[in-house]
Amino acid sequence: MSNHHDTAIHHVHRDDVGAKMGMWLFLFTEVLLFGGMFLVYAVYRYQYPDQFHYAAMELNTTVGTLNTIILLTSSLTVALAITALQKGNKFLSMLMIFITLVFALMFMVNKYFEWSTKFSHGIYPGSKELLERPNGQILFFGLYYVMTGLHGLHVLVGMFMLSFMLYLIMKNKISSDNYVKLENSGLYWHLVDLIWIFLFPLFYLIQ
Amino acid sequence: MQSKENHNHQTGFGIYIVVWLALLALTSITVTIAGISLGKYTLFIALLIAAIKSALVINIFMHIKFEEKIFKVFLALSGFTLLVIFILTFVDFIYR
Amino acid sequence: MANDIAAKSFYQQSTNKHTGILAWLLTTDHKRIGLMYLVSILTFFLVGVIIGVLMRLELLSPGRTIMDAQTYNSFFTLHGVIMIFLFIIPGLPAIFGNFFLPIQIGARDVAFPRLNLLSYYIYVIGAILALVSLFLPGGPIDTGWTFYIPYSIRSTTNISLTLFAAFILGFSSILTGINFVTTTHRLRAPGMTFFKMPLFVWATYATAWIQIIATPVVGITIVLVILERAFGVGIFDPALGGDPILFQHMFWIYSHPAVYIMILPAMGVVSEIIPTFARRTIFGYKQIAMSSLAIAFIGYLVWAHHMFTSGMSDTARWIFSLLTFIVALPSGVKIFNWVATMYKGSIDPQTPFLWVMNFIFLFSIGGLTGLVLGSLATDIHVTDTYFVVAHFHYVMFGGTGTIFFGALHYWFPKMFGKMYNKKLANIAVALFFVGFNMLYFPKFIMGYMGMPRRYYDYLPQFTPYQEISTYGSWILAGTIFFIVGYLIHALVKGKKATSNPWGGVTLEWHISSPPPMENFHEIPTITHEPYDFSQLGLPALGRGDEE
Repeated sequence: MSNHHDTAIHHVHRDDVGAKMGMWLFLFTEVLLFGGMFLVYAVYRYQYPDQFHYAAMELNTTVGTLNTIILLTSSLTVALAITALQKGNKFLSMLMIFITLVFALMFMVNKYFEWSTKFSHGIYPGSKELLERPNGQILFFGLYYVMTGLHGLHVLVGMFMLSFMLYLIMKNKISSDNYVKLENSGLYWHLVDLIWIFLFPLFYLIQ
Repeated sequence: MQSKENHNHQTGFGIYIVVWLALLALTSITVTIAGISLGKYTLFIALLIAAIKSALVINIFMHIKFEEKIFKVFLALSGFTLLVIFILTFVDFIYR
Repeated sequence: MANDIAAKSFYQQSTNKHTGILAWLLTTDHKRIGLMYLVSILTFFLVGVIIGVLMRLELLSPGRTIMDAQTYNSFFTLHGVIMIFLFIIPGLPAIFGNFFLPIQIGARDVAFPRLNLLSYYIYVIGAILALVSLFLPGGPIDTGWTFYIPYSIRSTTNISLTLFAAFILGFSSILTGINFVTTTHRLRAPGMTFFKMPLFVWATYATAWIQIIATPVVGITIVLVILERAFGVGIFDPALGGDPILFQHMFWIYSHPAVYIMILPAMGVVSEIIPTFARRTIFGYKQIAMSSLAIAFIGYLVWAHHMFTSGMSDTARWIFSLLTFIVALPSGVKIFNWVATMYKGSIDPQTPFLWVMNFIFLFSIGGLTGLVLGSLATDIHVTDTYFVVAHFHYVMFGGTGTIFFGALHYWFPKMFGKMYNKKLANIAVALFFVGFNMLYFPKFIMGYMGMPRRYYDYLPQFTPYQEISTYGSWILAGTIFFIVGYLIHALVKGKKATSNPWGGVTLEWHISSPPPMENFHEIPTITHEPYDFSQLGLPALGRGDEE
């Protein structure tokens, strides 16, 4: 799959499949990163099933469900953005990305309120209130903050990437016949959604 | 220089919307089921629904269903490795 | 094809518009990046060697010799961290993989050249952070390179910064892995199917997969330890419910596959050197290629053999012991095939071949002693003793470290266009063998006698062995500096090398020494097997630079 143009100048060849392959390989590293976290969760839940149950009751299922819907819909809009661009509809594509960013922002705002509510009730790593509880509950909340925190960090990174894509589309650096960067950003965004698809039942739906 | 395999498959708006509706439906199912006491099956069913949602996102939103076969091979191998890691770790904790 | 006189080399032509030092610092040329890695990695290797020599100096006699116990703890930790994260894991892939993977598949560069440069700078930043952590208040890390909890949570030394440095270094490894897998899939020359690739490419490919899949697991482990120290989340604090054995699982899930990151490229180099100096094709090409993949995969399944005495369940212990025996099989396939290649070959015992002889002997000892450790009953007696220390030095240093020198001597004329003094080089091979065995073999004996590892002091009965070991360290370290010395001399004053001084047949030997910037004037079309000596259109025994 290489060039046959033989000049002495080091030219940059374009390989969209290769670019996509590189992004998928990077996503595998993210899967293993969170996979390791899920392994820690699985072991501790196995060791402290009841305490996890009690602790989980303090999380707000409604907010969690709302956030799930928000992320799923944001995956839809980013996918629509790509199709729109493939069809040559630059405005629609940019609009879809913008909506995706709005959803992402809503997710982060929800997360902010969830966390600050918990903080105000004295439930945070190292807090006096938390340390008085059984170990299983300390672990649950430790995992909750680390995993949703790490996930939130990835949402922020995704937002940054998508904003940059918005800029590139505006400048026509991404267009209907050169859009692999947008596809790759979309892939990253879907991964963020995927992680949440598993986080949600494991933290909010232990009944 | 353009690569020869110019990826031209376009997924229509419609398919994406259908998948999204399915994801919402699955979400409402999983939330509803969580309210019902299913004993030791609760976790399994919740993870099963999550797995189905993931399959939809990965295949359609992430497009892997329409990509070259090698991508699916990569995904399968990576997922399998993660699964094996989980199993072997639990062999320790379950048989203490 | 080898008319070198008029053609410019990659030293004279830059891939970017800059000149001078910027043409190197901002390069995207895989060859220049490989060389920059060589300088950095070799520097850190020498620092690690010096720390090792100082450790051995401390152990020359019982009690305090030149440092106190706390310093000794930091020294063995740093020796491990530097050797593992700054030398041996990046080593062969970043230097020789970068330089030769594209050339061996007939490409002009890797798939993502700018990402390649980023990998290098991430490595440098990680290295600097690690060095900085030595000098900040709190002092250098003292947990051992394995930073087990609970001590890594409690220690007052600069754990978080050093671990963060390791996290950064992990990124460098991951990005290199992503680059190499994509390059191998997408940039092979026309006609180069997977089963026409050289075995070094297969090895680098398998290694790249381990870098991608395994590294994130230690990444998250590091993050959790840092968060534990900073916020007390409880996950790795036994007082709050954290499980030390779970930490060990997480740690070794990466760190065992990591040793295959270390050895697979070295085995790939061996598969290159033997055919060249036996002047015949490799025996069992497909089996060696497949064994690289098998080692990479099965290597994920054996990690808990580092944990036999940790408190795991009995079921886990015998399962991991069984899997450990199984992973030895593909390595055995390689060794048998290498030996079979030499049978009825026309052996040309040049320096690289002699390094491979070192490797086969030393690595086999390491591998066989691994069986003692892999078997539960014997492991109980020797775990956490000097026996383990000897085992891993034989496989890592006697294995990968030896081939680091072997690869350097094999590809030196290609990379630099100069030839080194072969007489000095052959003396170095012999001295290395002597120094190495003097340094490490007594450790097997001491371990068997019960000497624990990472101990600052020891009982009088170990003194004679400790002394021999220390003297060996002087011979070995001296030899290493000697090698660096004559190689630098060769760079400056060495004879000009031809394009194919060894008579090899893989693609790098078809281009000039050093290679031109774009590697090939014309991308070749591959029609023959990678080690097909009958196709040699080159002089019979390319010794055009013989004295």
